[in-house]
Amino acid sequence: MLWEALCVGYCDKKWRLLNVSCRKTPARIDAECCGLLLLAGLKVFRGFRLRSSDQTFENHPMSASKAISPTSAEPVATVDAMSPRIERCETPAGVTQQLRGRWAAADLAVPDVWAALVQQMQLLQSGREASQFRWDLRQVVRLDHVGAQVLWTHWGRRWPADVQADDSQRRIFDSIARYGVLLPVRTESDWRARFEQVGGWLLRGAEHAIGLTRLLGQLLLDLLRLIRRPQDGPWRDVSGHLFHIGATALPITALVGFLIGVVLAYLISRQLLQFGADAFVVNILGLSLIRELGPLLAAILIAGRSGSSITAQIGVMRVTEELDAMRVLGIARGFRLVLPRALALALVMPLISIWTTAWSLLGGMLTADLSMNVSLVFFANALPDAVEASNLGLATAKSAVFGLLIALIACHYGLRVKPSTESLGQGTTASVVTSITVVILVDALFAVLFRNVGI
Amino acid sequence: MREPMVDIRQLWTIFPSPEGQRVIHKNLDLTIEAGEILSLVGGSGTGKTVLLRQILGLEKAARGEIRVLGSPVAALAQKGAAAHIGMLFQQGALFSAFTALENIAFPLRELKVFPPSLIQEAAMIKLRMVGLDADAADKMPSQLSGGMVKRVALARALIMDPPLLLLDEPTAGLDPESADGLCALLRAMHRDMGLTVVLVTHDLDTIFALSTRIAVLADRQVIVKGSAQEVLAFEHPFIHDFFLGERGRRAVAALRQHPRPPNTLRHRQT
Repeated sequence: MLWEALCVGYCDKKWRLLNVSCRKTPARIDAECCGLLLLAGLKVFRGFRLRSSDQTFENHPMSASKAISPTSAEPVATVDAMSPRIERCETPAGVTQQLRGRWAAADLAVPDVWAALVQQMQLLQSGREASQFRWDLRQVVRLDHVGAQVLWTHWGRRWPADVQADDSQRRIFDSIARYGVLLPVRTESDWRARFEQVGGWLLRGAEHAIGLTRLLGQLLLDLLRLIRRPQDGPWRDVSGHLFHIGATALPITALVGFLIGVVLAYLISRQLLQFGADAFVVNILGLSLIRELGPLLAAILIAGRSGSSITAQIGVMRVTEELDAMRVLGIARGFRLVLPRALALALVMPLISIWTTAWSLLGGMLTADLSMNVSLVFFANALPDAVEASNLGLATAKSAVFGLLIALIACHYGLRVKPSTESLGQGTTASVVTSITVVILVDALFAVLFRNVGI
Repeated sequence: MREPMVDIRQLWTIFPSPEGQRVIHKNLDLTIEAGEILSLVGGSGTGKTVLLRQILGLEKAARGEIRVLGSPVAALAQKGAAAHIGMLFQQGALFSAFTALENIAFPLRELKVFPPSLIQEAAMIKLRMVGLDADAADKMPSQLSGGMVKRVALARALIMDPPLLLLDEPTAGLDPESADGLCALLRAMHRDMGLTVVLVTHDLDTIFALSTRIAVLADRQVIVKGSAQEVLAFEHPFIHDFFLGERGRRAVAALRQHPRPPNTLRHRQT
């Protein structure tokens, strides 16, 4: 009951605040109103769930129907004196269609007004050729190009026999007559186009393979250059990337690793308890986490986190012509952009992998202790016997390869970005998807190649 | 008396800076009447572009009031805003995912009322009105030259025939021929469509070729607003340096030889 009173009181106060602020500046406050209303609505919903039915929420000013109406207080579209319309007048010279109101885009764009106008024009057209009427435009308050376009299309793209309009109106129609062109109708795609599309996909795939190979070759050459003259290397860049890719990723990888360890250990413990094989939790957890899950989890997280940022960074450099500027200044982009990132990722990936593995093992150990009384000390003592040290070496080597691949793929897609926002978005998405897929494929390859090591 | 197009009263703009606060505008007053072509002139850092962005409602002033078309700027950024105010950004700000024609048609399409054929035709007319060929319609912004980008952006700003047009450095980065073409185009549109134009530029030729009024920003205020002759006659170190330096003297001499014809525009009520 107390909770409920608090909730209702809170909403009421918030609501009064909203009522006042809504009248001030509509556009920005509207968004705030909606957000707060949503929150308030959630609170009311929780209130409903918590309490019995005799309280009268419906009568409260916060009840749903009343709550919505003030925010959606857009002016209801009504046909007023300024709405564009066509009126039929009997004059001595004959029937005249007299135009009234504001014939401008914003006034025509009111759905009701537009629908009425379209209907009226269709009626007129069904009777006679539109160009045979007399038209009087002198009562129009404002005519713009869109309004004139509507009339011009209705007239069949020529002047009707008798039009009364002032000079500025005639100028608008003249410019429409002068500049208007009928647009060609686009042809739909046929089978041939689809066939060519498939070919295009294949060619693009080949292009990616060639690009990646070239990037790898360039990286090897740059590495040789670095070994020959280490003092000229981009070490400042490398250290920056080490920090951004490695150090700032520690919290998220630790959290994810820990939780995966907990979940995995819990599931395994439920199965092992059925057989009384409690002690084997060390073998299963140790092997799977150290050999497979730790490196894979770390690689997937880093691919999503740093792979995307590398692609976006290099892509924006393309959009802002920084890449071109580097080329003109004679700075090798392979040496200054790709090499530091690849080096940093190849160095940092094994460390992150070990870090993630350690946290997931910790989660697994704690869960094993709690759910089946396998003590921490026993776990720690049994681990070296259950998992050979070569597994750790394999995991580390694997992680370095993952890091290198993520960096190469991210740089590859970054360098391919074309100077447009759409291309930047596509490149970033493709980079993340490709690097995660490649990481999993290469992991499978490692599993096959090193099936005799450490098991 | 008619309501002014833009009315700025007692405007304060304050930017945070390492030393504390930097006051850009202090009690700035500016009134822009309908039918004017007003050039905003000032040294760098005097807040010309900021003022333009404040008129658009893109930035909020610390104090003071800006009314555009008789209503506060906060009410502007709503559906159909393109019918009130058009803006030509310095880099064009075309949507790079759309073709030139789609860019121009975008404000109309967003109203979600008109049929596609009408929208396309209206956009095509604006495209050709700003001096582009129909071939340019299907090009992406990245395939257009600098001058073409400005023209497409101008066509987009004008798609709903707004009474007020703001231009940020309209001729910057254009070759002299394109710049002259753009000036002629703007003058013709001003004449035919009864536009009110506010432009920010450093290009003296553009200032003298286009503007009916010049407003000079200095000392955090508008120190003078008037015709070219009135501004040149005003005594202030900035005006002296800006208009009567070497480049300025050349442009002013050209102005004396070919004075601008008086503005014979008949303003339509919008």
